[in-house]
Amino acid sequence: MEVLDNLMLGAQVAFTWQNVLYCLIGVLLGTLIGVLPGIGPVPTIAMLLPITFNLDPTAALIMLAGIYYGAQYGGSTTAILVNLPGEASSVVTVLDGYQMARQGRAGPALAIAAIGSFVAGCVATLIIATAAPPLAEVALKFGPAEYFSLMVLGLVAATVLAHGSLVKAIAMVVWGLLFGLIGTDVNSGVLRFTFDIPELADGVGFVIVAMGMFGVTEIVTNLEQQGKREVFVGKLTHLFPTREDLKRSWAAILRGTALGSFLGILPGGGAMLSSFASYTVEKKISKHPEQFGKGAIEGVAGPESANNAGAQTSFIPMLTLGIPGNAVMALMIGALMIQGIAPGPQVMTDKPQLFWGLIVSMWLGNAMLVVLNLPLIGMWIKLLQVPYRYLFPSILIFMNVGVFSLSNNPWDCLIMSVFGLFGYFCVKLECEPAPMILGFILGPLMEENLRRAMLLSRGDATVFFNPVAKPISFGFLLAAVILLVIIALPNIRRKREQVFVEE
Amino acid sequence: MQVKSPRDFWAGVMFVAFGAFFVAWSFAHYKMGTAVRMGPGYFPAVLGGLLAALGAAVLVKALALHGAKVAALHFRPLILVCLSVVAYGYLIKPGGLAVATAAAVFIGAFAGHEFKWKEVSVVAVVLVAFSYLVFVKGLTLPFPMCPEFVENCPIR
Repeated sequence: MEVLDNLMLGAQVAFTWQNVLYCLIGVLLGTLIGVLPGIGPVPTIAMLLPITFNLDPTAALIMLAGIYYGAQYGGSTTAILVNLPGEASSVVTVLDGYQMARQGRAGPALAIAAIGSFVAGCVATLIIATAAPPLAEVALKFGPAEYFSLMVLGLVAATVLAHGSLVKAIAMVVWGLLFGLIGTDVNSGVLRFTFDIPELADGVGFVIVAMGMFGVTEIVTNLEQQGKREVFVGKLTHLFPTREDLKRSWAAILRGTALGSFLGILPGGGAMLSSFASYTVEKKISKHPEQFGKGAIEGVAGPESANNAGAQTSFIPMLTLGIPGNAVMALMIGALMIQGIAPGPQVMTDKPQLFWGLIVSMWLGNAMLVVLNLPLIGMWIKLLQVPYRYLFPSILIFMNVGVFSLSNNPWDCLIMSVFGLFGYFCVKLECEPAPMILGFILGPLMEENLRRAMLLSRGDATVFFNPVAKPISFGFLLAAVILLVIIALPNIRRKREQVFVEE
Repeated sequence: MQVKSPRDFWAGVMFVAFGAFFVAWSFAHYKMGTAVRMGPGYFPAVLGGLLAALGAAVLVKALALHGAKVAALHFRPLILVCLSVVAYGYLIKPGGLAVATAAAVFIGAFAGHEFKWKEVSVVAVVLVAFSYLVFVKGLTLPFPMCPEFVENCPIR
């Protein structure tokens, strides 16, 4: 069994005491920041990224992955205890989770979220271990044309998940691609769009853009809302779900896991799509659909399992193809590049320790979440009661430290605030920053592959969509077109808008 | 002509303006090359054109169909938060970690709904101590503790 051998190798890496420690720190820090309302996994990872710079690549990735699940779980905690999702993927958890908390059942809600996430995490880890190697093998045969088309598909898929207008989301992707081109052109050495500013020669740092557009913008939009948060303050009497709860949840957990694992692999998919889909499914097939929105435990168990499964399987395209499916994976790619590792299918063969160590650590991280968070829930509740006027200056300082430590250059702080401004206007004009971030990281890669493909085909553009010569590339583009057509259909479009309005 | 959907209208204006800028700048400053051998200007010019076209589509729709207004802008928190970030970056070398942190906290706190000197001072002191212990001591980030004019900083 090759899978077992690989997992053993991974276990040897992941279970060294240093890596267990880094995983633990990551999970703890991730939960700590992720619990703060309004801060999802992206700003959390962006904020904590600099503390991994001094680690070796394996430890850094293990810690970042830990931060990711931590932040994800923290978001669910906030969703259940405060009527406010920490991130997009726990939006549906709010619906039933908060109702459960109001009925004095916050304990079981939190526990079932943790148990569901753990089950999903175990399954997803196995899926990654079995699906990644064959996928990477296929990916090794990809030429520039296939890569280009795959990125087109990924970017189109990303727009499906954006709020509001489809055209605006595509425009944001294109804009992100353009921002990604700032800096030195690798082919000609020409400085593009740098306006003679030496700091721009290397382009704009991805972390800086992400922190500006997510972190700074988030703080400003939070500050303009006067509204008070309603925090659950009652005592957590019993933590463990009753037999009845478990009986109602286990099927939802399994369905959520299956759905999430599948949707997570798709480009543009991931945690958020998975949780929405799972909630819809649970509500549809439930014998008591009227209980949904009033504290049905399936409405917590399903989506929470789904978003964790989706969060994990979205590592598959990132690890095997080097292409991020969502903004979090874009950050992971950024982290790999900072560590001097070129993301792509060769990571698995060149760095098996890193690859398999990371996968096993995912399972470990999930186990830690269950063990740690159930006893620590009291602490998270305390944290949630801290008024925002103490929190946001602290968040500001952490972001500053993070950005400044990238290269000890005040310029980076300036650029972060510029992107904060920019992100604020985008939010006000209902232009989503997330598709832009994906475009931003893919911009240079896309240009590179486009140029190479065109050079190899001697200027024949059919190289991208010739079904005979390049079936894979053709398939990707076809899928992208089909996806666009589906979303543009009036019926589906109305549905999609509804889903986002419900938020 | 009447703007029926201001929010989309301004989004469209923004896209068209930036798209046109990227196209114009690419043509003015970089070699275009051919489809076989693309110059540095080729890809940005194509993307800029695409962005402008998408923006135009948003604009046309904004003139034709009724839609949402632009949500109210709050410039006070926006400017103060941005200023706080910039202040931190530009003060940390000349002023040291404590000065930069305190400045960022105070400027940032003005963006909030209530500002109490005592409270904000406590937050600032706590954050300076935390930064020193965790980032400088713990994670060994090379942040200066003293202002620039102090040679041989005693705190390390």
